[in-house]
Amino acid sequence: MAADKVDPIHQFHIIKLVPINIGGYDLSFTNSALFMVATVIVAAAFLYLTTSSRSLVPGRMQSVSEMAYEFVANMLRDAAGTQGMKFFPLVFSLFMFVLVANLLGLFPYFFTVTSHIIVTFGLAILVIGTVIVYGFMKHGLGFLKLFVPKGVPLVMMVLVVPIEVISFVSRPISLSVRLFANMLAGHITLKVFSGFVVSLSALGAVGVAGSILPLAMAVALTALELLVAFLQAYVFAVLTCMYLNDALHPSH
Amino acid sequence: MFVTSAFAEETAPSVTGGETHSGTGVPAEAHGTFPPFDPATFPSQLLWLAITFGLFYLFLKKVAMPRIGGIIDVRNDRISQDLDQASKLKGEADAAVAAYEQELAEAKKNANSIGQQANDAAKTEADTARKKIEAALDERLGEAEARISSIKANAMKEVGSIAEDTASAIVEALVGGGKASKADIAAAVKSVAR
Repeated sequence: MAADKVDPIHQFHIIKLVPINIGGYDLSFTNSALFMVATVIVAAAFLYLTTSSRSLVPGRMQSVSEMAYEFVANMLRDAAGTQGMKFFPLVFSLFMFVLVANLLGLFPYFFTVTSHIIVTFGLAILVIGTVIVYGFMKHGLGFLKLFVPKGVPLVMMVLVVPIEVISFVSRPISLSVRLFANMLAGHITLKVFSGFVVSLSALGAVGVAGSILPLAMAVALTALELLVAFLQAYVFAVLTCMYLNDALHPSH
Repeated sequence: MFVTSAFAEETAPSVTGGETHSGTGVPAEAHGTFPPFDPATFPSQLLWLAITFGLFYLFLKKVAMPRIGGIIDVRNDRISQDLDQASKLKGEADAAVAAYEQELAEAKKNANSIGQQANDAAKTEADTARKKIEAALDERLGEAEARISSIKANAMKEVGSIAEDTASAIVEALVGGGKASKADIAAAVKSVAR
């Protein structure tokens, strides 16, 4: 029981809520799926309801929606230019989805969708897939210039091109692992410190006194995780913008 | 989250264990591998991610983003419109000020010319009046001078005859009887008068 209490991995368990099995694949509606739905509903409802008055002078909540919108719009315009604005819905959706998923995960009892590598990897593959598909559609084989930097001597190409290819291939991995690992590590740390509070306070008066320190740590870490939740959504969106810029302008 | 998730662990397996069709329910999987790396959950998570994120993307693209973009565009339009109007009004105000100043300058000019005219008219009037009076005075002066000169001439004439009379009377009284000739007396008086 005591071991269960401080088991920091428990929060990541997938629990089947509605078992669905099609063609041998387990496609059950799980707690993860539930929180994906919750994330989408919360984010969509927020954006939709706060802007329903369409005020010329925005209220607080409408300002938040507009700020998020313009924040991502500026981010994309800075990274990929005005041509990149055709990807604005994608980048904005990714930013909002990751942000809201991260923030929802901070609530007690709530499942953190982005703490599963397959989710972040799915999003990363979506980004890289868009880059590859759009890059070849727009530039044909010219997209491969991405791997051939300008002004490099021919001899060096032998070395540089494989490096470029490797760095491109590792992008979806780094993109997904960065978000996943941040969320996972943050939640584990929180759990561990909070577990200390519980375990120590079970030891009587001395333990209660001793549990003040981990409690303070847990509070501080919660604040930190709030920052990380936003920061990781921002980083994910910024990197998406930069990768999309490669699809738009491969020969830079 | 952390304290009470212990209860969740207590209840979750029992609930899902009852629902799962196979014997290997959540607990077996859960304690087997690290949950985020458990490939058994991948198809379900990917499917639901595709469904939820796809719907989210469509909703944002079709509904939420046009709306927010519209609000921002309307506001920017409104601001630029207001700025245009403000600059237009400013231009009008400037034009009004310029017109006013021009009118003021014109009025000043008019006032000056009117004043000048009045001044000139008054001057000429005064001049003519002065000249008339001067002419009249000159005339009267001439008349007076003429009269004075005639009176003087008469007087001088009479002075001569009086002197002659007086001289003859004196000569008579002094000499007694011997009458001096009138011509001699006249000559003598004339030489003295010179």
